Amino acid sequence: MKNKIRIGCGAGFSGDRLEPAEILTDKGNLDYLVLECLAERTIALAQKRKQLNPELGYDTFLERRMRKLLPTLSKNKICLITNMGAANPLAAAQKVKDISLELGLDIKVGAVFGDDVLSMLDFEALAMETNLPVKQSGEIISANAYLGVDGILKALENGSQIIITGRVADPSLFLAPMIHEFGWKLDDYDILGQGTVIGHLLECAGQITGGYFADKDKKSVPGLDILGHPIAEISNDGSAIISKVEGTGGLINLATVKEQLLYEVINPNHYITPDVEANFTTVKLEDLGQNQVLVKGGTGKSKPVNLKVSVGFKAFYLGEGEISYAGFGAEDRARLGGEIIEKRLSSSFKEIRIDYIGISAVHRTSFGHNNSPYEIRLRVAAKADTVEEAAIIGEEVEALYTNGPAGGGGVRKIQTEVIGVVSVLMERNKIKDQIAYF
Amino acid sequence: MKLYEIAHSRAGDKGNISTLSLIPFDESDYPRLCDFVTSERVKLHLKEIVSGEIERFCLPNISSLLFVCQNALLSGVTTSLAIDTHGKALSYALLEMEI
Repeated sequence: MKNKIRIGCGAGFSGDRLEPAEILTDKGNLDYLVLECLAERTIALAQKRKQLNPELGYDTFLERRMRKLLPTLSKNKICLITNMGAANPLAAAQKVKDISLELGLDIKVGAVFGDDVLSMLDFEALAMETNLPVKQSGEIISANAYLGVDGILKALENGSQIIITGRVADPSLFLAPMIHEFGWKLDDYDILGQGTVIGHLLECAGQITGGYFADKDKKSVPGLDILGHPIAEISNDGSAIISKVEGTGGLINLATVKEQLLYEVINPNHYITPDVEANFTTVKLEDLGQNQVLVKGGTGKSKPVNLKVSVGFKAFYLGEGEISYAGFGAEDRARLGGEIIEKRLSSSFKEIRIDYIGISAVHRTSFGHNNSPYEIRLRVAAKADTVEEAAIIGEEVEALYTNGPAGGGGVRKIQTEVIGVVSVLMERNKIKDQIAYF
Repeated sequence: MKLYEIAHSRAGDKGNISTLSLIPFDESDYPRLCDFVTSERVKLHLKEIVSGEIERFCLPNISSLLFVCQNALLSGVTTSLAIDTHGKALSYALLEMEI
């Protein structure tokens, strides 16, 4: 058993930059690399791609990332764990195996699945967000349970060097190798809580190394153009030092770690994953200088009897149109445009939104700031039942060219099919992690 | 004085919930933030944005506060008509608060 392991996180979302993972693999002295690429809705969109082609439904960046990373991962004996399997971990694992053979590498690939629970979904189950039966949300297209560490642990025990999963709770991607290497007990909830803290800190990659943090003066971050992604060096007692590869850009200090620790946490006393109910309020941080922060003290108790299931449904078609006004009277002209649209469309759409970009679009208020900007962009958005109906929004905004206020320019119009996501709970004993090897 | 002069924040989302951390640049300002930045005052400040309850969590170990705001994202990340469906920019809405 090892006393220490090093885990790097080379991607915090599906479209994340490619090179931080390459730098981590090459120079991070890693034991494990994790790529977290599966947001709440990503898997529902991936299910749609799989329905069109059963060979697809995995992350669209998979091949690009693997071609770049596999040779160095193999050379440096780094194990990769990633949820890039999305809706189709089996096809993803086969793809990775094919690429490795093509590159002349002999790599064992494990696929962890069993998260697709659509066939078991109780359509009467209450959605956590609405308290209404989930079937009322719309036509359901996917249901994926958040798995914990179990499947990944089995794949590690079987010597997989690449592990491709579907929906797994993000911190579990990191916790599994800690349990595997240190022999932590699956009912030692304090240490699983601390391991979950580390996973949570790493899962958004650049968000702990100074990304999404920078501001002038008190929050300046050097080298954002070459931002490095994080590494945790974890000891078998669960304490960890967060760092990054020397020479990469970014910043790791108490402030960056605190922002990430609380990110997307809805109750710091009970941060629930399939593995543990972790307590973040007991965490202690110490700045060791030189972009290194010590993290310890996370605790936990028990694990939930139910697992969360993300249910994707066909929500509506989004119609959007935008047009800009600039110079003298820009705000007045934009507001006149907005009024025209409202008069023409508000009775025929169930929900319509008119925003003035530059004034109050982002915060939906401006807290009393009343300086009229030099230029302003009118945005109209509405929910529609069909794509044709959604297109009317952009068409009406475009018609402001010749029928609306003076000097409008730069029209953009977009129609998008919107997949919504709600959550339900499902008894965990109904859900079985499955593994296949390639 | 505005909150942004002494503290920083990151917004997160879960469904229709927005989570807003509040972290003083100087840890000695933490008690001041605890005294002044109550969930009631934040609710009043964000009245045009958050229509549900706001719960405040105190984390003295890291000298930080967390505000969990219900019904904050015009129905939630995936189905909101807002331009910032995640409410990612709402951290700076909190920091606009006068103290």
